[in-house]
Amino acid sequence: MTEPVTGPDARGHWGQFGGRFVPEALVAALDELDAAYRKAMADETFTAEFDRMLREYANIPSPLYHAERLSREVGVRVLLKREDLNHTGAHKIRNVLGQALLTKRLGKNRIIAETGAGQHGVASATAAAYLGLDCTVYMGAEDCRRQALNVARMKMLGAEVIPVTAGSQTLKDSINEALRDWVSSVDNTHYLLGTAAGPHPFPVLVRDLVSGIGREARAQCLDMIGRLPNAVTACVGGGSNAMGIFHAFVPEESVALYGFEAGGKGLDTGKHAARLVVGNQGVLHGARSYLMQDDDGQIIESYSISAGLDYPSVGPEHAWLKESGRATYEAVTDAEAMDAFQRLCRTEGIIPALESAHALAGALRLAPVLRERHGDDAVVMVNLSGRGDKDMETAATYFGLTEDAA
Amino acid sequence: MSVTPAFEAAKRAGRAALVGYLPAGFPTVDESIAAIETMIDSGCDVIEVGLPYSDPVMDGHAIQRAAAMALAGGCRTREVLRVVEAVAGKGVPILVMTYWNPIERYGVDAFARDFAAAGGAGLITPDLIPDEAAEWIAASDAHDLDRVFLVAPSSTKERIALTVNACRGFVYAQSIMGITGARDSTSSAAPGLVERTRAATDLPIGVGLGVRDGDQAAEVATFADGVIVGSAMVSCLLDAPDEKAGRKALGSLTAELAEGVARGAG
Repeated sequence: MTEPVTGPDARGHWGQFGGRFVPEALVAALDELDAAYRKAMADETFTAEFDRMLREYANIPSPLYHAERLSREVGVRVLLKREDLNHTGAHKIRNVLGQALLTKRLGKNRIIAETGAGQHGVASATAAAYLGLDCTVYMGAEDCRRQALNVARMKMLGAEVIPVTAGSQTLKDSINEALRDWVSSVDNTHYLLGTAAGPHPFPVLVRDLVSGIGREARAQCLDMIGRLPNAVTACVGGGSNAMGIFHAFVPEESVALYGFEAGGKGLDTGKHAARLVVGNQGVLHGARSYLMQDDDGQIIESYSISAGLDYPSVGPEHAWLKESGRATYEAVTDAEAMDAFQRLCRTEGIIPALESAHALAGALRLAPVLRERHGDDAVVMVNLSGRGDKDMETAATYFGLTEDAA
Repeated sequence: MSVTPAFEAAKRAGRAALVGYLPAGFPTVDESIAAIETMIDSGCDVIEVGLPYSDPVMDGHAIQRAAAMALAGGCRTREVLRVVEAVAGKGVPILVMTYWNPIERYGVDAFARDFAAAGGAGLITPDLIPDEAAEWIAASDAHDLDRVFLVAPSSTKERIALTVNACRGFVYAQSIMGITGARDSTSSAAPGLVERTRAATDLPIGVGLGVRDGDQAAEVATFADGVIVGSAMVSCLLDAPDEKAGRKALGSLTAELAEGVARGAG
């Protein structure tokens, strides 16, 4: 039996996780955001406008799709929550539209965002253009190189992209830079944090904004097969898509929840981002959670073939779901993810984001277990959180397709 | 050794205290010890030793660079304690300014114990607010260490009250909404913030972020009990062609700032 999963408390704690480890200068802005968000969520004009934007602009609800050919191959029914079909190609549009609408409500005219793979940056730039806000995106210089097309997209949408050259030049350093900017600009600027991590209220705010994924999927699943799935899988970078689909299922004890972290080149190589699997507790980017750190508490650079999972911390609610036993976290290596990626392409004609390929790889690993437990009726639901266009260069290189073309 | 006697002595002398910052291990552990000795000899009343950290969100370019050099040179928490031990006992209280994660990783009580044993006075914690500081408050009580939390221009009356009640030694007033780094002009928000803080506490109030020269120090000293200088001191060493020239520049700047804090109050 698992412990009851509740939370967070009024100060953003799930058990020992979460909270606010931030400069005092940001506390007023976080308090303001917390109050505005609670008020907005209770205000029908806000929620109706948010719903309208999702429906009319972002192509939401996304469909739940029975991947029949893949299902036949793996011996369990695989249902894909097609967040890749959302406007801008990922679940992230839900979060950015919600937070951009909140920004206007706060009377601010500028957003800043950090981005790893570029998905959140593109989504933020999109929301800013849609709602008439100024937008600055911090992106690690290394990520800018890996995701040049997304940099061009952001600029096309009118955002300023600032390459971050400090540290490992990846997502964690972009968050540091965004926090530095925010300390200096908090009067007119909202920090549109891209995942269910960071100081309170961001983890709960982002979770709530993306929690439509799970609510829709739950209802769609009941419509489609008349019952809930046996398991739900999602990839876990910062943790927003996973919290988005998990949240509606957390009270459903019959549904097993699985989060898959980036195992990178393997847990024994140190080149991974498996914080919940092999990391330990600490404080980074405003919250207590699981981290990749050395014996001195210095943050270790994470690694994944997927820039979107390449982050040394994770949202605090995941830490709590792990600690409470409600969700299970495992690591998926680059190689397993790429196999799943290719398999989905070939069986279903769907090119997933490399992040989502981790969730799929996890589901494929689970399939025999689920079949043994639940027989022919076993159903696994995968949050296909994004589409793979942005990752084609990485995938083409990985599979040696660029040389074939030449 | 608390910072309290240093602030009291400055007050008796009719001036503000000069608080100087340098990361431990920058450019090397031994050279940071020598540089801090220079700061003490040239007029600092209190020293802040920075604990180099991989993700220093409150710091601007100069301090980030210095911390990265210190980390690359292998400076970790134990070396920071070595620096504290080497410069303590020279009549000037030594604080450590640190992000929170390395302290938790070391063990909050274990760090407090070892730091107190090394002769340290207390901690300044830029990303730890009193709301999350129960473990540190207990450890600092147990080992009789100063606790310096920050107040900011955005702090409400309630938060200032909460923060100063948790402080011991002095209160760090962050004079601007921003990160560390020398600036051309000091903050217009600082006097108001100090006034609001003074209404809530009898503790001395130090003002930091942005001070780079004697004139600015003099200006801040007219309303604050302590003038905190970091990036400008770090830059002396960053910009110098060699170690000797760096220490010379650091000594000159410290002397100029010390003259400034005396002039400001006079």
